[in-house]
Amino acid sequence: MEVFVVSLLNGLVYGMLLFMLASGLTLILSMMGVLNFAHASAYMLGAYFAYTISLYVGFWPALIVAPVLCGLVGAAIEMWGLRRVHRHGHIAELLFTFGVALIIEKAVQMTWGLLPVPYRVPELLDFPLFRIYGTQFPAYRAFMLLISALMFGAIWLGLTRTRVGLVIQAALTHPDMASALGHNVPRIFTLVFAAGTALAGLAGVIGGNYQVTEPAMAFTMGPIVFVVVVFGGLGSLTGCFIASILMGLIQTFAVVFDVSLADLLAKFGITVTASTPFAEILTVTLPRIGALLPFLMMVLILVFRPRGLMGTRDT
Amino acid sequence: MMLEVRDLHALYGKSHILQGVDLAVDEGEIVSLLGRNGVGRSTACKAIMGLVPPVGQIRFKGRSIAGLRPDQIAHAGIGYVPEDRQVFPSLTVKQNLELGLKRAGVFGRWKFDDVFALFPNLGERRDNPAGVLSGGEQQMLTMCRTLMGDPDLVIIDEPTEGLAPRLVEQVGRLLDEIARRGTAILLVEQKLTIALKISHRLYVMGHGRIVFSGSPAELTANTAIRKEWLEV
Repeated sequence: MEVFVVSLLNGLVYGMLLFMLASGLTLILSMMGVLNFAHASAYMLGAYFAYTISLYVGFWPALIVAPVLCGLVGAAIEMWGLRRVHRHGHIAELLFTFGVALIIEKAVQMTWGLLPVPYRVPELLDFPLFRIYGTQFPAYRAFMLLISALMFGAIWLGLTRTRVGLVIQAALTHPDMASALGHNVPRIFTLVFAAGTALAGLAGVIGGNYQVTEPAMAFTMGPIVFVVVVFGGLGSLTGCFIASILMGLIQTFAVVFDVSLADLLAKFGITVTASTPFAEILTVTLPRIGALLPFLMMVLILVFRPRGLMGTRDT
Repeated sequence: MMLEVRDLHALYGKSHILQGVDLAVDEGEIVSLLGRNGVGRSTACKAIMGLVPPVGQIRFKGRSIAGLRPDQIAHAGIGYVPEDRQVFPSLTVKQNLELGLKRAGVFGRWKFDDVFALFPNLGERRDNPAGVLSGGEQQMLTMCRTLMGDPDLVIIDEPTEGLAPRLVEQVGRLLDEIARRGTAILLVEQKLTIALKISHRLYVMGHGRIVFSGSPAELTANTAIRKEWLEV
């Protein structure tokens, strides 16, 4: 039971972190049709910026400054890079963002080195918040949950209650129409791209010390975020939210439950030994499949429901 | 002339859709652009609006607008209603209309209540998402949304396509009301009867260029043009 509650909370924390990354990516993908490979790089940049800033002025200023820096990098990439490349079609855009992701990775390696940097949870939050049945729940995870919930609220309010938010929603479905009504859609694109990268940066700031801040973090996080976006469906933030939480829970629970098909068969009185046919597959435990599950889900949803969970159009 | 288009060309990939279109619309005038499907009428609208890159001269109120972004052209005073009723489905009816305004809270000839008085259905459903409206209601909403921006010229692409006769009549009344408020209309139509009834002047398009230009009486008299370019 305690394993269940703690895993549920951990899954939620991870899911919300995913959502901070995926929400920006899904907006960028739905509005501009750009599959932004460099999105998770902003997550990594956020973590590294926060690490360096916190060395000088501490964690709290970094919480604000690092995402802002990431947003500026995003705006620059969109205005001076993507917008020019956009004319040459989606393949060019894809290659461009892939190039940017690699450049950022190499730049990070050159600046901060190949090894993980000691980016740590701030002392103020470095204590167990409570214990459930003997298992600790760190205060910092509660803080992560709080920040991502606040961000979720802010995005939601911004999109539904402000005029810019309405224009963004309009441009999600009919960008040409929005622009013919007099809205500067390229400027909205830059804004969304900058806000999306800032959000990914923020996820990096609060996630970098929860996980590990190292040059490969973008390439480990990137694919999962893509899965969330495809699974949730293009053009739907709600779908993206559900997919993020689902993916967070699945990945957390998969690690916790150390069972395999062999264990299941054992319940029916069938014992699997090394000589049983397919023994290799039957004895694979869930934690080992865990890493595979998200991609399996993506492939399945693409085959059976190409629009994703709540998407408004085909992926 | 308020809008003057000279030798307008447009290309989709390798196909040369517009091959030198000349047309003009004066202030407060209702002008129809007729022709069969696929002759380039919609492309002409999109090229004027900047949604398709235009080659040639387009002047609006004396200023060249060819090469401007659609939002700049909209701010210059041209409104555009596409043929495929692009309502913003997740937004409410009222929010759709709000996005027609070029600046929040700045109204011109049209206010929310004007729209809701003309189309009570839209008024009743003002807080419903536009995606659940019927096709006819979506058509009215699309037109009214553009009008909220108070254009001096509104380009309307096939507003009656696929509508029931009762709704076609409603579109007709809205067109009259637009003209009464002094907004010029460039109307793309297939239904000759409507176009002949409300237009001051008409153009007929065929294969990417204008093949006829004249008054409703002249078009009625010109059987040859009607046979060759309009009748099925």
